[in-house]
Amino acid sequence: MSAVFDSPVQSTGPLAGYNFAYLDEATKRMIRRAILKAVALPGHQVPFGSREMPLPFGWGTGGIQVTASIIGADDTLKVIDQGSDETTNAVNIRGFFHKVTAVATTTDTTRASIVQTRHRVPETPLTEKQILVFQVPQPEPLYRLEPNRAEARKLHAMGDYGLMQVKLYEDITRFGDIAHSYDYPVLVNGRYLMSPSPIPKFDNPKLNRSRALMLFGAGREKRIYAVPPFTEVKSLDFDDYPFGIEKWPQHCALCGARDSFLDEVIIDDAGTREYVCSDSDYCHQRRDLNESAADDSEGGVV
Amino acid sequence: MYVAVKGGEKAIAASCDRLATERRGDTDLAELSVAQVRAQMRLAVDRVMTEGSVYDPELAALAIKQAQGDLVEAIFLLRAYRTTLPRFGYCAPLDTVRMQMTRRISATFKDVPGGQVLGGTYDYTQRLLDFSLLADAQARGGAPAAATQAAEPAGVVPRVSSLLADEGLIEAPAIDMSEPADLTRAAPRYPASRALRLQNLARGDEGFLLALGYSTQRGYAHNHPFAGEIRAGGVAVSFFAEELGAEIELGEIEVTEVEMVNQFGGSKEVAPQFTSGYGLAFGGAERKAIAMALVDRALRADEFSEERSAPAQHEEFVLSHSDNVEASGFVQHLKLPHYVDFQSELELIRRLRAEIDARIETEKAAEKAAGEAAAQAKSLGADAEKRIEEGAA
Repeated sequence: MSAVFDSPVQSTGPLAGYNFAYLDEATKRMIRRAILKAVALPGHQVPFGSREMPLPFGWGTGGIQVTASIIGADDTLKVIDQGSDETTNAVNIRGFFHKVTAVATTTDTTRASIVQTRHRVPETPLTEKQILVFQVPQPEPLYRLEPNRAEARKLHAMGDYGLMQVKLYEDITRFGDIAHSYDYPVLVNGRYLMSPSPIPKFDNPKLNRSRALMLFGAGREKRIYAVPPFTEVKSLDFDDYPFGIEKWPQHCALCGARDSFLDEVIIDDAGTREYVCSDSDYCHQRRDLNESAADDSEGGVV
Repeated sequence: MYVAVKGGEKAIAASCDRLATERRGDTDLAELSVAQVRAQMRLAVDRVMTEGSVYDPELAALAIKQAQGDLVEAIFLLRAYRTTLPRFGYCAPLDTVRMQMTRRISATFKDVPGGQVLGGTYDYTQRLLDFSLLADAQARGGAPAAATQAAEPAGVVPRVSSLLADEGLIEAPAIDMSEPADLTRAAPRYPASRALRLQNLARGDEGFLLALGYSTQRGYAHNHPFAGEIRAGGVAVSFFAEELGAEIELGEIEVTEVEMVNQFGGSKEVAPQFTSGYGLAFGGAERKAIAMALVDRALRADEFSEERSAPAQHEEFVLSHSDNVEASGFVQHLKLPHYVDFQSELELIRRLRAEIDARIETEKAAEKAAGEAAAQAKSLGADAEKRIEEGAA
């Protein structure tokens, strides 16, 4: 079994007996059509004939199908979960793609042409040469307020998002603030209410006018949607309660970053907390930079 | 610290190795063969084929072996394999009237043309644990005696429902010759056609359908059902080959078919008629087929102008939660890391609590200040009174 996860960058050719990137070409074409439609209607959920994948529903099958339908032999793939390349699910999905495509994989955000992610947007800004693929558990932003999808579709058609505005207002009256910390609803291109997937609201501003194409795949719910480059993505708020992001009084214990999303880690039985970057690549890059800066300054003294 | 999220590759590889060891179990015992599973765990194989949506007893048995008998996991394995198969067409409708039946019962008539055939069933086994099975077959004195071959109804055996239909007592099935939608190729839209609903129920989780079907019997969408007919056996699968311009028989599959006869509907204008629900499953998945028929009937509420008030009648609810591959995946995805979302929630809840604490603190301070001021005023007043009294004295 361990052969699956052998050296991720080594290329040995795709898995015998399966088409390149697992899906057959007709299925990929069907998914690409859905993607094109999604790009043409930013934020609109396009139904597609989602397939059963060899990974479980709810574990990234939507993102995997999107990636499988756009990936080519020249691509370089990065997969993150919770911002990290090292979490088991990210490792597993990267291993899967390496097995069925033999494309190069990387953990370096700047080197990737496709980044598949669960729950985070990388801290390093993406460029127009990159595509960010989100794994989406629940594409319908109204599902807690209107679980009936047929009804929710009507609300989208009419652009009637009063339910969500009232929910945010009620949060303020009850808690004194909007009680959404992740999967914070956004309005795309002034038209469709969209779930940014369960990214922390910290990442929402990165979606606005992003240079990279952003594709969202929900396999179990059989929906694809997209935010094309340079599209306005607005987090819902009120004039007197403007949108804001999470802040930490701490900085990263490893690289010292103050501008990145921090994970809280409990390090001993006394409950001592330490904060470290959730984006493992960003943290590594900064530490390398710090080290070389330290080397340089030492060299300067000599 | 931090190590917890590192080393994913090694951990997964080690986990796969461990799983393989656990699956094999005690190596002093002979390894279970796929052929044994297929031959002796027949009903498990049937369930995996039905919900895995592939008729292949050997692969289903392999999936059961690989999944250590976890049938939902086996169903998932088979489904994931299924998506990679090329699809070259749709077979002709099964003609179950020509079924080579091994079992056939009707709860509506004491006797019916073609007869009642009990076949092999657990129904009358009295469910006493058979301790003799603990010993191996040789100690028990060989294999069980070959079953006496009942006179199986042969050839064309009309359905019980068609006997009722001859008298006009049961609704005539609406025949829709249009190409049915295929739920494995396109996302479902609601309201769905009955064909699409039946596809969904056929691969739906047995436990889920069992509970929903049961709920209709307890008054939630009550529609008194009679088992009009349950028949099980082999049916031919045919395919119309364009190149040959003829239908050719591909082979035979085992199925269980259930037709329920439900309470009549009708109105002042329309004479009352019995209605029906339909269930079909691969092999001997009888419980599944009956539950499916109950839910199918409940979902037809609109056709009979019945009020949709119970869960079993709610089409979107039933169809979007019936698939155990989807449900199992999403329920179990909760095992995946959610550090980031949780961190956001922590940040939010700490901030909200701090705000409320601060507000309570301010309110308390204000109360205290007001109280002190009142006390001061009171003591000042008392002082003044005292002085006045003293002055008067």
